[in-house]
Amino acid sequence: MIPQTLLNATVRAESPLVEVKHLSVTYRTRAGYSKAVDDISFTINKGEALGLAGESGCGKTTAALSIIRLLSSNAHTEGEILFNGKNILSMNQAAVRDLRWKQISLIPQGSMNSLDPVIPIGNQIIEAIVTHKRIPKKQAWELTNELLSSVAIHPSRAKNYPHEFSGGMKQRATIAMALALNPLLVIADEPTTALDVVVQKQLLALLKGLQRKMGISFLFITHDLSVISEIADRIAIMYAGKIVEIGTKEAVLRRPSHPYAEALVNSVPRVFGERRILDSIPGNPPSGIWPSGCRFHPRCKYAFDLCKEKEPELTKSKTDAQAACHLISQGN
Amino acid sequence: MQTIEASKLEASSSRHSSILQLFTQHKRAQVGFGIIITFTLLAIAAPIVSRYSPYAFPAPGRPYMPPGKDFLLGTDYLGEDVLSEIIYGARVSMLVGIIVAILSTGFGTIIGVLAGYYGKAVDEGLMRATDIVLILPPLPLMIILAAYLGPSLETVIFVLTVTTWPLVARVVRSQTLSLKERPFTDSERVAGASDFRIITKLLLPNLASIIAANAVLMVTTAIVGEASLDFIGLGDITVVSWGTMLYWAQSYAIFNGAWWWVLAPGVCIVLVGLGFVLISVSIEDAFNPRLRSL
Amino acid sequence: MTQTKPISQQSEEQTIDSQRPILEIRNLKVYFQKRRNIIGRRQVIHAVDDVTLSIASGEILSLVGESGSGKSTLARAIVKLNQPTSGEILYRDQNISKLGREETKRFRRRVQMIFQDPYESLNPHSTAFEAIIEPPIIHGLVPSSKRERVGVVDRSLKMVGLDPESRRDRYPHQLSGGERQRVAIARALSLEPDLLIADEPVSMLDVSIRLGVLRLLQTLKDQMKLTYLFITHDLGVARYIGTRIAVMYFGKIIEIAPTDELINHPFHHYTSLLLSSVPGTDMQQAATTKIDVEYASNLADPPSGCRFHTRCPAAKEKCSIDEPKLVELRNGHFAACHYPLMAGQGLEVN
Repeated sequence: MIPQTLLNATVRAESPLVEVKHLSVTYRTRAGYSKAVDDISFTINKGEALGLAGESGCGKTTAALSIIRLLSSNAHTEGEILFNGKNILSMNQAAVRDLRWKQISLIPQGSMNSLDPVIPIGNQIIEAIVTHKRIPKKQAWELTNELLSSVAIHPSRAKNYPHEFSGGMKQRATIAMALALNPLLVIADEPTTALDVVVQKQLLALLKGLQRKMGISFLFITHDLSVISEIADRIAIMYAGKIVEIGTKEAVLRRPSHPYAEALVNSVPRVFGERRILDSIPGNPPSGIWPSGCRFHPRCKYAFDLCKEKEPELTKSKTDAQAACHLISQGN
Repeated sequence: MQTIEASKLEASSSRHSSILQLFTQHKRAQVGFGIIITFTLLAIAAPIVSRYSPYAFPAPGRPYMPPGKDFLLGTDYLGEDVLSEIIYGARVSMLVGIIVAILSTGFGTIIGVLAGYYGKAVDEGLMRATDIVLILPPLPLMIILAAYLGPSLETVIFVLTVTTWPLVARVVRSQTLSLKERPFTDSERVAGASDFRIITKLLLPNLASIIAANAVLMVTTAIVGEASLDFIGLGDITVVSWGTMLYWAQSYAIFNGAWWWVLAPGVCIVLVGLGFVLISVSIEDAFNPRLRSL
Repeated sequence: MTQTKPISQQSEEQTIDSQRPILEIRNLKVYFQKRRNIIGRRQVIHAVDDVTLSIASGEILSLVGESGSGKSTLARAIVKLNQPTSGEILYRDQNISKLGREETKRFRRRVQMIFQDPYESLNPHSTAFEAIIEPPIIHGLVPSSKRERVGVVDRSLKMVGLDPESRRDRYPHQLSGGERQRVAIARALSLEPDLLIADEPVSMLDVSIRLGVLRLLQTLKDQMKLTYLFITHDLGVARYIGTRIAVMYFGKIIEIAPTDELINHPFHHYTSLLLSSVPGTDMQQAATTKIDVEYASNLADPPSGCRFHTRCPAAKEKCSIDEPKLVELRNGHFAACHYPLMAGQGLEVN
């Protein structure tokens, strides 16, 4: 969390593109209230890719969707989301709509399967363009062809229907759609799930290339740590609605500070290298009922008394990452 | 502020009780049940509840009396009490409706499940037969059958059943086809279950909700169908039912200004039909898997 | 949490009876008909195309491949969910296509399967108890007394790491993904089979749960003397649990080898491509493929000759004409390639 004084003093050009401050999202359902996101804060700098990792139910998709204000009506949001200094949560509908696609765009989960099956791909991209920007048809078509080329799809295939594309191509088409209006931030929710590993590799390379070439900031959401290690510069790991560790890719994945992050990294079977002894994490990820104190304590092998009583705050760890664990705040 | 997981686990130790809960908490279901139970009780207790008999001879009142103290819904062209006719008519209408729904759903389900599960030749054969029946227009069919069998309650039940089971068969067949592809069906086969076991222990319970919802909806269809057939004189017009009331009323009520005689059976048909529809919709909601993963 | 030796090491110490394979697949073809064109011309999908494979008793064979490679179809054919178009599947020297009704039922006691989707592989109307006791009921293996049945199920639940008291009467939607999969495992093992086909059993589970289930499978294998055919698209999982890895591409097996041998010295270019596509590893690829070359996901139209030649960086003229056969290039290491990668050409790991 960046102190306000530091924020004010920062030079404009170096200020982060996105600043999420104390974001909380509560869903109201028939069965009660559920706090999907509980007081999280993070930043995304210009041209940077932040990976938001966590298992199902941890709140990562909710957090990401709240940035673009696409949560359902039964969601109640608190906190601030600053985009280029302006608070998105306090904007009116028209201003938010203006932001969408032009400055922030989204590649939703499973989007390759949400393409309209009866409209050719090219037309769908055009539709995405003209909905948000009034430009003449001819220009829109030129832009579409450029976009398709940039995602390694030959422009002649713009007239094909989604079922004539492979999974990887469909996903690339949705990426093209998201990039249509040169956004500053692209939020990608599980962009490579359901894709084969070879296609996934190509897609990740493509996304990295686009990030470098166009200077776009990315917010990647995924549960797959190895994918995130390919595309993210910084990583935030979420558990039970909270961020438990946030830091550079190397810090979080190679030398994790938080027990959950450590356990997660150590529980993934590796293809190469030495056969490590892997640790499984007992229990299940919680959903709905959050344990008292530190939410990870029932499954944590280092848990001690304080963990049951008090929720830990994010503090700086030895690797310069931020982690919410009493072991760290107590200087272990 | 109770969180979802806790309430879900506490309140339901079994799937069924949670469904019952959804049911009794659903306003629509409550209204629907209310209507149906009211009419059912009236129908069953007709002799007790009804002040007069609709077949009373001589008729208790003068013809075309408007709703009043003695005759709450007025009298018909013979002077019979319209309210009594409604109460006794409920018996016929609802009974026909329920019988048709049971027969039609039962037969249609069997055909649909067999066609969907066995596929290929069995499916082809059964579906062609179903299609043939589907094409038959109900009214001309009814007229012909009425001519053959004589207009009666049984004829009405028979025709309504014959003309409604194909829809059930089609719906059940397509649900069966989709269930057949789900991994739990594979799991049953791999475990060594016989076809019979798969159909009865796996498919039918999973089809139960859609069958129940459709069956209840079918009652409405049948009641309206029965009323329509009576209305055009193809049923037994000597029996008092809501449809036959309308049959007689169409000829005599308008010119005599007896609006109550037309309104009463019409409103009842609508109310009961609505009641069953509300229940049917609630059944679907109660079994909806989306609500399970709240 | 006790720290046990990696799975593959354990299995190697256990005697693998390579004399009599428990399962032999010979020239298996499973083709499907699909009427695609408006003209009505029948298209045939070559889901499994001439596969020959044997699984030794006591081993864990990992079958790796991308979607559409035919691995699931192969698995289903082994448990008689799909009919072979030609070829044979021999379980303990018995051709399973030739089994009668009763014999098939007995076969099912010996060969069982667990499925990928924990949300869909259990009957939503059955409790855990009902799901686990059902196969023994079907085969007449349990007494009818409720108490004895509960005893059987409770033992089963404990074996898969679930608390009987709280889990026995739960419906699938009241269990977590990992728990459902454990119930599915208990159900599959309730008949005490010899061979278990696992079709992507952990792919849909949360990452922190996967290892627990994999460990469980290994423990059960030792306890119950099982043999596994483990299907997965995740090479990490394949390596962790398998003693041997077989790679499938476009309906064919293109390489089989003991696990470490395959990972460190792959012969086939597709295997090399798979290995170099593993995310999160700093790898230098010895071979690269063009990003624009499309994977013909249309299984009705396999390329001529070697199926991988359209994407293979080492493809030469012979590859588009002659289909390479699966041959033993090293001890126990088979590959189907005209110009296999040789030592030194392998992948360099940083």
